[in-house]
Amino acid sequence: MEILKKYPKTFQWLFLLIVFFALCFAVDVPETYKFIRGQAEFVKDPNQSSYVFLGKEVRYYAFDVFWRLPPLLGWLPIWINDSLFFLMNEWMPIEVWNEDTQEFKSRPIVLQISRNLTAFMTFLIELIREILLGGLETIVAFTSWDWIDKNPWAELPGLPWTIVAAGAALLSYKLSGKGLALFAGLTMVYISLFGQWKPSMQTLSFILVAAPLSFIFGLGLGIAAFKSKRVEKALYPILLVMQTMPQYAVLVPALVLFGVGDHAAVIITMVVAIPPMILLTLLGLRAVPPEVIEAGRMSGCNNFQLMFKVLIPTARRDILIGVNQVIMVCFSMAVISAFIGAKGLGFNLLLALNQLNIGLALEAGLCISLIAILLDKMSLAWANKQTDYFGNLTFFQRNKNLLFFGVIFIIGIILSYIGTFLFKDTFNYLFEVPHNKGISTADFWNKGVDWIFETFFVYIKAFNTWLIQDVLQPMRALYLRMPAIATIVLVVGAGYLIGGLRSALVVCALTLFIAFSPWWDRALVTAYMATFGVIVSCIIGFTVGTLCFQNKHSANFMLGVCDIFQTFPSFVYLIPVMMLFGITDTSVLIAVIVYATIPATRYTIEGLRSVPAGLHDAATMSGVNKFQRLTKIEFPLAFPHMMLGINQTIVFALFMVIIGAFIGTEDLGQYILKALSDKKGAGIGLTLGICVAFIALIFDNLIRAYVQKRKKHLGID
Amino acid sequence: MSEPVIKCENVYKIFGANAQKMLQDSNGNVDAKTFQENGCIVGVNNASFEVSKGEMLVVMGLSGSGKSTLLRCISRLTDATGGKIFIEGQDLLQLNNKDLIDLRRNKMGMVFQSFALLPHKTVVENIAFPLQIKGVKTENSISKAMDMVKLVGLDGRENYFPRELSGGQQQRVGIARSLAVEPDIWFLDEPFSALDPLIRKEMQDEFLRLQEKLQKTIMFITHDFDEALKLADRIAIMKDGIIEQLDTPANIVLNPATEYVRKFTEEVPREKVLLIKDVMDVSKDNLGDLKVSKDEIIENVAEKILTQEKTVAVIDNNNKIIGSINPTKIINTVFGGRKNNN
Repeated sequence: MEILKKYPKTFQWLFLLIVFFALCFAVDVPETYKFIRGQAEFVKDPNQSSYVFLGKEVRYYAFDVFWRLPPLLGWLPIWINDSLFFLMNEWMPIEVWNEDTQEFKSRPIVLQISRNLTAFMTFLIELIREILLGGLETIVAFTSWDWIDKNPWAELPGLPWTIVAAGAALLSYKLSGKGLALFAGLTMVYISLFGQWKPSMQTLSFILVAAPLSFIFGLGLGIAAFKSKRVEKALYPILLVMQTMPQYAVLVPALVLFGVGDHAAVIITMVVAIPPMILLTLLGLRAVPPEVIEAGRMSGCNNFQLMFKVLIPTARRDILIGVNQVIMVCFSMAVISAFIGAKGLGFNLLLALNQLNIGLALEAGLCISLIAILLDKMSLAWANKQTDYFGNLTFFQRNKNLLFFGVIFIIGIILSYIGTFLFKDTFNYLFEVPHNKGISTADFWNKGVDWIFETFFVYIKAFNTWLIQDVLQPMRALYLRMPAIATIVLVVGAGYLIGGLRSALVVCALTLFIAFSPWWDRALVTAYMATFGVIVSCIIGFTVGTLCFQNKHSANFMLGVCDIFQTFPSFVYLIPVMMLFGITDTSVLIAVIVYATIPATRYTIEGLRSVPAGLHDAATMSGVNKFQRLTKIEFPLAFPHMMLGINQTIVFALFMVIIGAFIGTEDLGQYILKALSDKKGAGIGLTLGICVAFIALIFDNLIRAYVQKRKKHLGID
Repeated sequence: MSEPVIKCENVYKIFGANAQKMLQDSNGNVDAKTFQENGCIVGVNNASFEVSKGEMLVVMGLSGSGKSTLLRCISRLTDATGGKIFIEGQDLLQLNNKDLIDLRRNKMGMVFQSFALLPHKTVVENIAFPLQIKGVKTENSISKAMDMVKLVGLDGRENYFPRELSGGQQQRVGIARSLAVEPDIWFLDEPFSALDPLIRKEMQDEFLRLQEKLQKTIMFITHDFDEALKLADRIAIMKDGIIEQLDTPANIVLNPATEYVRKFTEEVPREKVLLIKDVMDVSKDNLGDLKVSKDEIIENVAEKILTQEKTVAVIDNNNKIIGSINPTKIINTVFGGRKNNN
């Protein structure tokens, strides 16, 4: 009894575990249970039960409710689908003037809005694309095909690559200095010489449309949320789910609403990129010291002046970090939205992976990563750049960069003109290096991959077999063996012990949503893959982080590495693992581990760094050795921050598990991928996305509750 | 006497969801404790006072005493929960948003503890900011701001950014900014509290010099009693939202109204604060040869007086004898009446 009083928490946890295992053993596996449970599909099976809700019939394989809950939410995807269909095809028809047939036509309002929106987006993308690559559709949009036939000179020739490359270098120089300028120049030259110019510029044009629009909307909504508590409260849950929703999942409804193509990709990218922008805007505006706001008020600012002359300039840095985030999300989406027909590097990458042409995939992946790193560094430099005083500069000094660009522009045009003589019979390489006419290393890489396979095939296969047979399969079986009731008790109990009643209720609601959806087993498989990834990532991340922390330089180096890795669009991670391990679960898991190790490492180093220097000195003066200091002082204090790292690790791992469906796993992601090619997939895709988001949010809720408590306990904030 | 520039009548500021209702129910009898039990925090409790033209009222109190809240009520950065505030006879709480902005653009200036400069603007742009907000042309506002730069002695640094300046220099910018629109009323919210002691003293002297020249109506907030004594025409001492005593520095030192005020006055070196006129006797008998001015600080003349055997005559500006002071009185004033000496 004494011990019980001394460690009440330990015994509560112990009790929870006992209940959990008791339930696991008490509930037997039903004999009819197969891994794949009945779906809300339209195939009749005599063993299926069914119910009708809101006029939708849901069929499913019934089990003991302790084993698996019936899919009471099975109607949800069907209902979402039907609603979308109704919205797009029947709801509120309006009269629309049709140019071609010269008559009014009745069209549902949502369809009309979506058509107008897509037309607008297409126009923007085309415009930028034609500035970079040339074309005539923009001019046609303002005039007509007949006009262009008569005036062939009006076709935009596009910028020669030399001008774009030099312009990028110049801009980088202005933002950061020589180093970045050199990197920018080399990146552009590389892209051009390796014949990736066209897809790269397509991707870039996509980003140049999506990023500014996301910025404007994110900023606007952020300001609205800052001004009104009600708006913030309404936005908050949406932001939370959007931040944890796998990007695949949002593709599916976009497909239904906006069709296939760049425009749909831009719109859906905005949907994904706006939430972080809102959050960072809100964060930045909140961080403006109240006295600065008061100073603005006392200077006689009206609300508008206060916002645009005081608040936003003062919050400039956070807002620009938001821009950086937006750009990163855009890159990630640039690849993923290739699934719904966005052109560019992402599309090439996807194509190459589909053909198992690792070399080509690697080249496209490298290009997109380089551009991503470049834009990341540029936007960060912009955020950190302090304004210089320019009051007493001459006109030339003030505009020297613009003038310089003018000179570059002229030189570039002259060069490409010279090029027309130089390369009379072939392509004008000084204007644009055509796709696949540049240098290609694809063959080299492909041979390399073949060589690796031939040389190490035995070992890789042995490792593969061992991992799958001895680790993954048993782990999966264990997860699937859990009766639903036991899982729910475990999760809710943990919620109660960590965060009290409120936490328990939130977690319970989230878990029940998944349990009542038709995909509980898939969710378990997803969870098992993510758990495996997270555990390995955390072990690696904590070890590497702790080791690197011992030396200031290595710590900085490691953080830099993390920065760069984080910049890579998530899809790129699949290339090297497919190269080494082929198309197996192992590949996915290794991609998951590599990707999820980034936050684990980063947060470990940051957490250890945040231990106050005074404490460090105090410990040293108490005579601790390095190891004691680490275990007694630094780890306990850094632990809350490291837990936040685990939180991020989970989100990253889940993202990658879902993306891994591309290689072929059997988790929720696979169903999302299937939904992409399903005419009625929108509801399924969205519901699945929400399920994945909820898995992340369950852990997020638990970890945050723990960290908050712990921080309060330690008195740090 | 002309109309007071600032006039407060029974001003209350109570934070909390149903502050308004609770204040009405209490009939002006606000007890901080009962309010707190109901989830309300009393910031300012029944403050009534006037500030006349050219006067400097220093509001002194420790943190949480409601002094900053009181200032924010008068500048209407927060709305008072109850009571009336008049600025030059205008009812502040009745002003609509536009009139309030007009008032701030033309009549009020404010200096903040943390300087509150705009990080993206240079010194001169910061100072010109209130003018530009008002709609003054850029050229004129910059030239006016340059005058202000000179006034606070920052010539040569007008193109620096706030991050490139020391704390004292930043606060000079804050002062210049608050004066740019030539306001009649000047609010200073602990302007020197964030500065080093030496810089603080320098800035106080500078501030007195400026005030000599400008003669603004000032409300000055501080938590430093010595600062209050040094600067104030009158001091209001606040505790828990209540003004404990409002009087001239000398009266506060000589006659603290409450035990709380006494605690502050105990440690004050009186010879540095009190003037001869504050302690002189009215009798003009038995005078010696030495004469001292009524406006001398005791410290400066104490040695002279203490070496006299006879009573010393006190004269006014016209050399007329208006009273007397004897060495015993000096000794009593400086050393007497303190707890540890009794």
